[in-house]
Parts: sequence; structure tokens; C-alpha cells
Amino acid sequence: MEELANIFIKSIFIDNMVFAYFLGMCSYLAVSKTVKTSIGLGFAVIFVLGITVPLNYLIENYLLKEGALSWLSDEFISIDLSFLSFIMFIAVIASMVQLVEMIIEKFSPALYNSLGIFLPLIAVNCAILGGSLFMQENDYSNITEASVYGIGSGVGWFLAIVALGSIREKIRYSNVPPALRGLGITYIITGLMGIAFMSFMGIKL
Amino acid sequence: MSKEALFSKKNRKLISDPLNDNNPITVQVLGVCSALAITVQLKPAIVMALSVLAVLSVANVIISLLRKLIPSRIRIIVQLMVIAALVILVDEVLEAYVYDVSKELSVFVGLIITNCIIMGRLEAFGMANGPWKSFLDGLGNAFGYGWILIVVAFFRELLGSGTLYGYPVFEKLGLYNYGYENNGMMILPPMALITVGILIWIQRTKNTKLIESK
Repeated sequence: MEELANIFIKSIFIDNMVFAYFLGMCSYLAVSKTVKTSIGLGFAVIFVLGITVPLNYLIENYLLKEGALSWLSDEFISIDLSFLSFIMFIAVIASMVQLVEMIIEKFSPALYNSLGIFLPLIAVNCAILGGSLFMQENDYSNITEASVYGIGSGVGWFLAIVALGSIREKIRYSNVPPALRGLGITYIITGLMGIAFMSFMGIKL
Repeated sequence: MSKEALFSKKNRKLISDPLNDNNPITVQVLGVCSALAITVQLKPAIVMALSVLAVLSVANVIISLLRKLIPSRIRIIVQLMVIAALVILVDEVLEAYVYDVSKELSVFVGLIITNCIIMGRLEAFGMANGPWKSFLDGLGNAFGYGWILIVVAFFRELLGSGTLYGYPVFEKLGLYNYGYENNGMMILPPMALITVGILIWIQRTKNTKLIESK
């Protein structure tokens, strides 16, 4: 239990997808105009990460890794298919995103319209593929840990985009130089937030 | 093929627009992640720009040829498979001809798959236009992406490590003898964001129609 809590906190704050690794920037910058769309996309990312990371964990450990096929028969024990991991991970992610897209379109057309092109872009949100690749790298010992990691990094991303969304709503009332308005100031704010988040680096739980 | 000339004004606009008015990074907000990750030095930035150029223009043409056959429900998967196949090709070519650069870049070449500039253009342009136009659009956007990448990498490498394309400029100029120090901050990822932010500032000061309304 303690171990799980550690993974959760670590994936939210210390290994934050946005501020520590700068993953998933495109949708992060473009969709964070208001808090409402930020929350929508944030939940979509938590959902997709929470599903794809454990799924990819199963694929990695029971199909791709060296010796992973040994449950089939002893003949396969020396087979190493890990060179396929990129394509397998991306295929799982793409199909999950398509599913999420259909669900959102069905249940919340307003959210669907406001997310626009960025919903399909979750598939190429590097945070999602990054989640699976870090999962592979961290070598979690069971599927619960992998799921907790997936959800935790989703929550981290959610926090980051909601924080930026709130700042952008407030910044509308301040006097930004005209040429920096909108996108320019957002880049700079994200940079400053990233510098602030660097203070979490190196903390060991 | 339509009766339109190959390089009509409209088609030339497809190439020139993304360089400035509709730049992928500074206006459309596509492909930002890789722009941050690989701009610490010039060399990987240039190789990355060329790889994206190849993948984007070819993928745009392929998707545009297939656009009437792809059911819209599974388009994302089809697009990703096309991109992944092309990226693997690029990876193999790099490995065969510039092995040392490919060693250095290995992870980032894989990351072209998740570079949203490619998906974004396929989704927004390739799915709706003919192959020749899509090819031009791909070229234009890759150039627009490339020049930002190279400019950011230029400043980050020069100010962060005092070199250009691995050549120690500041050391040759003897700046260190006067107590100059490299700015270690420029190597950190947040500074890439701030550099791009400043680029946007400059671009929009020159190109006032891009300024966003309040």
C-alpha cells in the first residue's frame, strides 16, 4: 500500500509529465484557453492513460519481453519481440483514443465540439506514449503498480493543464504586450512553471 | 488532376503560408514537444527537421491518396500506421548512411510518430485535399517547423554551451578569458519554451495581423 502511494505521489509531482519531461505540450498549450476545456481534456487524458498503461503492461509482459511467451510453451522462452513495442503501444493507444472519441461524441457533443481537432490528437499526445514507455522503463512488478502509475501521471497532467487554464483566464485582465497576447505569454508562463516545478526534482520518497 | 497550374498562386501560398502566417509551432501549436526536446544542439535539430520533412510530405500524399477509402471511424489508426511505417523507414535510412547521428537521435526518431505536427496536418489537410496540394502543404509545414527548430537550437547551443554545430565559437573568440560563462540555464528544457515565446513575440511584432484579440 505504501509503495502504491509512493508511486502515485511521485508520478503526479516529481515525474510530472508536463513539467519534468515536457510531454504532451501541443494539446496542453492549445486547449488550455479556459478552465472548462482544460478539465475536459484533462479527464480524457487520465482516462486514456489509466487504460493504456495497464493494457500495455500486459502486452509488454506477456507478449513482447524476452521470455514473456514462456506461458505458451517452453519452446518460446528465448523469443524477444521487444522491437515491436513501439507499434504495439501505438496501436493500443490509437484504438483506445478512437473509443474515447466515440464515447464523448455520444454523451457530450458540446465537449466534443469544443475539443475539436485535439481529441484525435490525444492519440499522438506524447504524454500517452510516454506513459507506456516510462512504464516499460520503470519495470513495475505487477499490474496494480502499473495502473497506479498510469492514473497518477494522468492526474499530474490534469493538474498542470487546469493550473495553466486558470492562469490564462486570469491573465486576460492584465496588461500583456499586444504581440505576446495569447500564445506567446502562454509559452513563457509554462516555462516559468517548469522552472518552479524543477524544485521537486531529486526528492526521493 | 485539376486544370489548375502546378505552381499557381494558391499552391505557392501552401508553401509560403506555414513559414510565417500559419507557422506550425508559433501559430498552430503543433509539434511543440519535439521542438523542446531536441533543440539543445544544432545537429540533432537539423537532422530532425529533415526527417520530419520526409515523413510529413510522404505521409500527407499517401493519406490524401487513400482519403476516400478510409472509414472515418478508424482513420486515426490508419494514419498512425502509415506514419509508423514511414518513421521506421527513415530510421533505417539514417542508420545506414549517418550511423553516428542516428545513434545520437535514436529515441527522437521514434518520437516522430507522436509528433502532432504530422497527425495534425494529415487530419486537417491530407484528409480533405488532393495529393499534389497535400505534398506542398507537407513541405511548407515541415519548412515552417524546421526553421523555428533551427533558430531555437542556434541560440540554445550558442548561449548554453558556447558552440555551434559542435564548433567552439566562444572559445575561439577567447571570450572565456574575459570572464564569460556559459549560461547553463539555456540547456534546461524550460528555456526552450521561453525562447519560443520570445520568437513569437518578435514574429508578432513584425506581423501584426497575428496578434490575438483580448
